[in-house]
Amino acid sequence: MKTDKKILEIKGLHTYYGSIHALKGIDMEVYEGELVTLIGSNGAGKSTTLGSITGIVPATEGQIIFDGHDITKMKPSDITKLGIGVSPEGREVFGGLSVEENLRIGAYTRKDPKEIEASFNEVYELFPRLAERKKQTAGTLSGGEQQMLAVGRAMMSKPKLLLLDEPSMGLAPNLVEMIFELVLTIHKRGTTILLIEQNANMALQIADRGYVLETGNIKLSDTAEALRANDDVRKAYLGSAG
Amino acid sequence: MILQQVINGVMLGMVYALIAVGYSLVFGILGLLNMAHGSIYAFGAHMGLFIVGLNFGLPAAFVFAIITTGLMEMLMDKVILAPLRAKNAPNITLLISVMGVSYIVQNMLMIVFDSTRKPFPKLFDFGTFQIGNITITGSQISMFVIALVFLLLLTFIVNYTKIGLAMRASRENPKAANLMGIDVRRVVTFTFFLSGMCAAVAGVLVAGYYQMVYPTMGVDAGLKGFAAAVLGGIGVLYGSVVGGVVIGIAECIATAFIGGNFRSATAYLILFLVLLIKPSGLFGKNNVDKV
Repeated sequence: MKTDKKILEIKGLHTYYGSIHALKGIDMEVYEGELVTLIGSNGAGKSTTLGSITGIVPATEGQIIFDGHDITKMKPSDITKLGIGVSPEGREVFGGLSVEENLRIGAYTRKDPKEIEASFNEVYELFPRLAERKKQTAGTLSGGEQQMLAVGRAMMSKPKLLLLDEPSMGLAPNLVEMIFELVLTIHKRGTTILLIEQNANMALQIADRGYVLETGNIKLSDTAEALRANDDVRKAYLGSAG
Repeated sequence: MILQQVINGVMLGMVYALIAVGYSLVFGILGLLNMAHGSIYAFGAHMGLFIVGLNFGLPAAFVFAIITTGLMEMLMDKVILAPLRAKNAPNITLLISVMGVSYIVQNMLMIVFDSTRKPFPKLFDFGTFQIGNITITGSQISMFVIALVFLLLLTFIVNYTKIGLAMRASRENPKAANLMGIDVRRVVTFTFFLSGMCAAVAGVLVAGYYQMVYPTMGVDAGLKGFAAAVLGGIGVLYGSVVGGVVIGIAECIATAFIGGNFRSATAYLILFLVLLIKPSGLFGKNNVDKV
């Protein structure tokens, strides 16, 4: 599934979050068809990385190239239009709007009603729960359902790259497993994914490759398999010493 | 007699509803009380007067007033509010700034049109109707119908169009809206245009109803619209309509039974009571932030 085409390339990225030097020159790449994960503990700079890619927290130095476009200084709305779909940390669904309206906003940058309809069907097929609740306001959904909605909403833009920021955050263990299975299903159907996760264990089980972020630097990068076997990673992130 | 006053009140209340909706639109998306709204309403009336003075008639006056007043609100946002927002200025700074804009607009109107009361042609009048002992004038009906048409238009835009969906998403969560590819700044600009449209239509309607225009006409009307918005729960569009009608009715009844001097006091009394008893208004959500 993986091709030789770099869909996302980050070169020497420095980003300040307020006065904090959150990213200190990171390099990363995601090839078309890959499922790449970025793991790291709280405050390592994972969300800042996502913020810089999406344009919410603009980078101060370095370059971000997406699908051949330099997006380093672009507005968030323009970046989305190029084909990046985001499921943000904390889900950020539109609580007062219905499930269906939330999904429709996900397709905001698209024009063709037929293609949008097709995406609706695809999302409802992946998340039958959302189909059952399409007229319900998003604020009344459970945490797991809101997470499904956030992922579904990101898929509605038919993204070339799907960014998932901590999709397992705050969910019960059985729901965490379900969400990761869904992420894997979405990936197997042909979507390139960059998964940002604190739950390194689960993330490394489904990903092709991984990056380990520590205090604003990429400490390690390897295949998910190799990272799972790496002693440092095991100690620091997988909660086992041997 | 009471029924007559209620009908008068509903007719007038529709105009207050339009003004109130203008407040609610901007408040909903920015959390800002646009205290320049009254002056901008007066601006709209004067734009109408300008076209009527050139003998182009009332329909042209409406169109011209809507466009110029809408642009005026957009200009205020672009030149004054957007730069402040970009600097993350606190809301109080924005509030004081719009108050400043209010005086600038009012004084500009005085300079250009002078401060006297100027006659304005009567709103489309097609005779007077008598049903039992109730009298309804043609101007009243025109005022009611035109205000209703614009309120329906607005409801349609907000609830059934793509830009309306973007408006509702942006007011819920601007950051997430941005991530979905919505240009929130443009949505805000559009919202200001709609708010200006409401002010302009209300301004020309009232000008035609009372057949007069003057630069400070927005002080009173602006505060009544504000009271209506607060009564309905500011930010809630249908609440603003209900608030407008209630204030219109209360005002007409107070005028008829207590005396004309109490006309404007009624709105303030209602505003005072709402703030005292239920500050979130009739349909407002209690501002509890979910974490």
